[in-house]
Amino acid sequence: MRSNTFKTLLLGAAFVGAGAVAASAGTLDDVKAKGFVQCGVNGTGLAGFGAPDDAGNWKGLDVDACRAVAAAVFGDPTKVKFTGLSAKERFTALQSKEIDMLARNSTDTMSRDTQLGITFTGINYYDGQGFMVKKSLGVSSAKDLNGASVCVQSGTTTELNLADYFKSNGMTFNAVVFEKQEEADAAYDAGRCDAYTTDASGLYSIRLKMTKPDDSMVLPEIISKEPLGPAVRQGDDQWESIVRWSHYAMLTAEEFGVTQANVDEMKKSENPEIQRLLGVGEGVDFGTPIGLNKDWAYNIIKGVGNYGESFERNVGEGSPLKIARGLNALWSKGGLQYAPPIR
Amino acid sequence: MSRIETDTVFVRRDFLEPEAPPASLGGFPGWARKHLFSSPLNILVTLAMALLLVWAGPPLFRWLFVDAVWTGTNRDACLPKNGEPMGACWAFVHAKLAQFTFGSYPADQRWRPSLVMIGFFLGLAWIAIPKMPRRREGTWLMLTAFPVLTFWLLYGGFGLPIVETPNWGGLLVTLVVAITGIVASLPLGILLALGRRSKLPFIKIVSVVFIEIWRGVPLITVLFMASVMLPLFLPNGVNFDKLLRALIGVALFTGAYMAETIRGGLQAIPKGQYEGAASLGLSYWQSMRLIILPQALKIVIPGIVNSFISLFKDTSLVMIIGLYDLLGSIQRNFSDASWSTPSIAPTGLIFAAAVFWVFCFSMSRYSMYMERKLNTGRKR
Amino acid sequence: MTLRDKTVDETPRSLVRAVLYDATIRGWVFQGLVLLFLILFAVWVIHNTAVNLRAANIPFGFDFLNMRAGFDISQKPIDYTLDSSHAQAFKVGLLNTIIVSVLGIVFATIIGFVVGISRLSNNWLLARAATVYVETLRNVPLLLQLLFWYKAVLSVLPGPRQGYWLPLSINLSNRGLTMPRPIIGEGFEIVLWTVPVAMVLAWVMARWAKRRQIATGQSFPVFRASLGLIVGLPLAVFLVLGAPLSFEFPELKGFNFVGGMVIHPELTAMLFGISLYTATFIAETVRGGILAVSAGQSEAAFSLGLRPNQTMRLIVVPQAMRVIIPPLTSQYLNLTKNSSLALAIGYPDLVAVFAGSTLNITGHAIEVIAITMAVYLALSLITAALMNWFNARVALVER
Repeated sequence: MRSNTFKTLLLGAAFVGAGAVAASAGTLDDVKAKGFVQCGVNGTGLAGFGAPDDAGNWKGLDVDACRAVAAAVFGDPTKVKFTGLSAKERFTALQSKEIDMLARNSTDTMSRDTQLGITFTGINYYDGQGFMVKKSLGVSSAKDLNGASVCVQSGTTTELNLADYFKSNGMTFNAVVFEKQEEADAAYDAGRCDAYTTDASGLYSIRLKMTKPDDSMVLPEIISKEPLGPAVRQGDDQWESIVRWSHYAMLTAEEFGVTQANVDEMKKSENPEIQRLLGVGEGVDFGTPIGLNKDWAYNIIKGVGNYGESFERNVGEGSPLKIARGLNALWSKGGLQYAPPIR
Repeated sequence: MSRIETDTVFVRRDFLEPEAPPASLGGFPGWARKHLFSSPLNILVTLAMALLLVWAGPPLFRWLFVDAVWTGTNRDACLPKNGEPMGACWAFVHAKLAQFTFGSYPADQRWRPSLVMIGFFLGLAWIAIPKMPRRREGTWLMLTAFPVLTFWLLYGGFGLPIVETPNWGGLLVTLVVAITGIVASLPLGILLALGRRSKLPFIKIVSVVFIEIWRGVPLITVLFMASVMLPLFLPNGVNFDKLLRALIGVALFTGAYMAETIRGGLQAIPKGQYEGAASLGLSYWQSMRLIILPQALKIVIPGIVNSFISLFKDTSLVMIIGLYDLLGSIQRNFSDASWSTPSIAPTGLIFAAAVFWVFCFSMSRYSMYMERKLNTGRKR
Repeated sequence: MTLRDKTVDETPRSLVRAVLYDATIRGWVFQGLVLLFLILFAVWVIHNTAVNLRAANIPFGFDFLNMRAGFDISQKPIDYTLDSSHAQAFKVGLLNTIIVSVLGIVFATIIGFVVGISRLSNNWLLARAATVYVETLRNVPLLLQLLFWYKAVLSVLPGPRQGYWLPLSINLSNRGLTMPRPIIGEGFEIVLWTVPVAMVLAWVMARWAKRRQIATGQSFPVFRASLGLIVGLPLAVFLVLGAPLSFEFPELKGFNFVGGMVIHPELTAMLFGISLYTATFIAETVRGGILAVSAGQSEAAFSLGLRPNQTMRLIVVPQAMRVIIPPLTSQYLNLTKNSSLALAIGYPDLVAVFAGSTLNITGHAIEVIAITMAVYLALSLITAALMNWFNARVALVER
């Protein structure tokens, strides 16, 4: 134990730059002092949500959530640093202040929201767990999967939902559990399992990585509710508001047709809703009360785009995943994405 | 008694030329007879081994070289042609070589880790080859100035753009983890080894408990501890980089093994040396620093190299906690949609195995060489 | 002058010096400081942890062990259902670790001894092959080898519907080696009980044979007789009782085999990887041990008229074992610890089940990791104790 600190000090001294960040009153103050937002994203790389490209640039829907917060705070979407986290590390990293916010396709559940000392700040992707099978099995429904071997990643809500689903349908199964998603992918690809289960969005991205993507199909059943969203530490209401409203600002922008391209033009708009969103007009300032500038939302849209743009770019038609909006369409278009009004 | 006198005494003065051995014992047939077919069992074994070679050798060779794909820019090159599966997909390794070496280190900054690696190997050659001049100074330079310089070059600051550790990867991370681990574990190992041989009961107990605990648990649990528990042990808000946490875990783990290696060296020093040092009036630390440790550390160089070999192999475990070392970054690329074919996984694994093998095998040869050299020195 | 100085020594100042330079006192002061430091450090860590846990709202405690686990484990040596507790999951994981370690140790020892002796063989081809095997595999990380074997096992074997049928209703596919499962009938326990009885009888016989050989010089084929006893006696009892054992045959239903018992490909890949890797180290140990027995010993044995295999068995191996056993112990310990790499290829060992699924689901990181480490520590200490006992048995008895 004695040598424990010795080592800590020694290595700490060697890696000064990677060292400590002192705690202070609020996350926002810390972030402003550091000059960037530290954001936890998917460390194993989930295409479309959070994954670095070959040059190390992070891209994805969750990554955009982080960039939006950076844009709101600094007016610059690049002032964000990413920490790739495993399923095991993600909540500890947030609790121990290693990161300022977590956007790692994490499902909002009651126990996580109440027992882990974290708060989910909204849902940036409504997902649900599904199954992928080899077409050659001739299976068309998850109800036909009785007795199947199923590859799954360990320690996720997925693992538990899988068990619940088979149990409630009176079916048996054999779970082959892997620590990392890549290993589960590879085992399914090699034919170790009849089915692969994870969030439906993940299935589409994983199917693309298979040796023969066309040999696999995603079954129609969605067996669980997986509302994915960013999370922050409990007890910092200001920071929670910033992260929550960064998402709502992107939704509101989509609702009123404000895009990255036309946001400067829209500043001249007479629509009071748009004026409130972009902080235009006398006394219209929703930023200052939460510690930001009045053009906080303008910066988000200018830097990242609205929710629809982000969706299309990362997981929608403009991406290899080609996921339909579905539940993630705006409420006005039959989906679930609904932002409280900015007023 | 009378001696029989004769004129004819036959004493042969020169030797006959030796006869050639029977044809069946000389040349290759003789060698083969002795080494391959000396008994029925041996004949059987030889035939079995030869069959194995014929059965496994040519297909392996074909897969590795003849049927292999050497050039290509995406998966199409390595897909089966006319239903015939292709061999190893070396094009994949070629295309991803920069990633396997540096991870996602920015392309325009890759001269920095390259420089560090070249510097490291030159420095290593300086201090590892016995005939080099000024090896002592070299060692000090490698242990003091080089790490600082390396940190500056790799991480940045003071004029260089900063490259965050999550962007480090590939062979770079493997080398950083292994070398930091071994360098940091040396002082820890020395302290623990001295503690374990100390006459002070409490110090001894603490050292023994520390060493045995770390030696009794698998490295993977240590790494889990470093990645999941360490943040909880520190004051709220104080954080270490993920790579640094892994390094702490690796250094503590290796330190315990290093302590046992060094303890072996301490035990091999004759008692007279300790007594001689004491009779000169040297204090404990003086006698350790000036008399005992220089001798003990010299004897355990092969042991330290062996520890380094196991550490080098064990660095591949950091992959499990989500750092991308050589093996990790190779495995990560298996799921690259633009390359996924059945042959990239075996190709990548064989490539990784070859890299690890070259490092470990040459180090083990060096360790054996040092062992022989040190042995003769001690026998004289 | 010197005399005066000595008297001056009695002043209080020199007393302080005497105390300062007294090795014993300094030793205790030093230890006291270290102890103080350790205590302070422990308090600091515990305080930080407590603060962090309170902030994170994670209650510290072991109650989570009784909660419903709710996840499935692919290899279940004991009863385990979705409704079992995390404690039960822990037991399953621990048993799986023990299974892979024990099997790995057995295979690694056999391969290691064969290869180690092969390296010393006068058959050139065999010795070279053994050298190449040892030098290749021991210089490549085990994790890499495990990934390789897992991929190899999965890519070589066909799907369950195209699986190979071997004799005795054994099927080999990428779902594993599926075998008929023995169902124990009435009175089978008696058969099991005859095994230890036979072993005791064999031991008594061995002692008798040894005494007789010392007294009369006549030898007795102890090994063959013991083998006959240990196999034959239970077999005889089994037949006398009317063969109280039936088999449940595996049947291909739907996707997978139903019934029977199965050795999963994960276990197979683990055993391949871990045995072949550890065997390289054991082979080196064995080779070193045999080389350490001086040639004079075997020459003396030959001159006494012992045959080569008798020489090996009675003269060389017992002496080599003394050199081999201590490093062999540490190889067994390494193998046990290395079995934790199982989680990389989905074999449900302790680390995968408990420090994986349970940890992630409950979030009790400290408790789970502490228990896991304690278990490995205990396994290591038990193995070490067993091997030390064995070592003491074979050690040279000094006169």
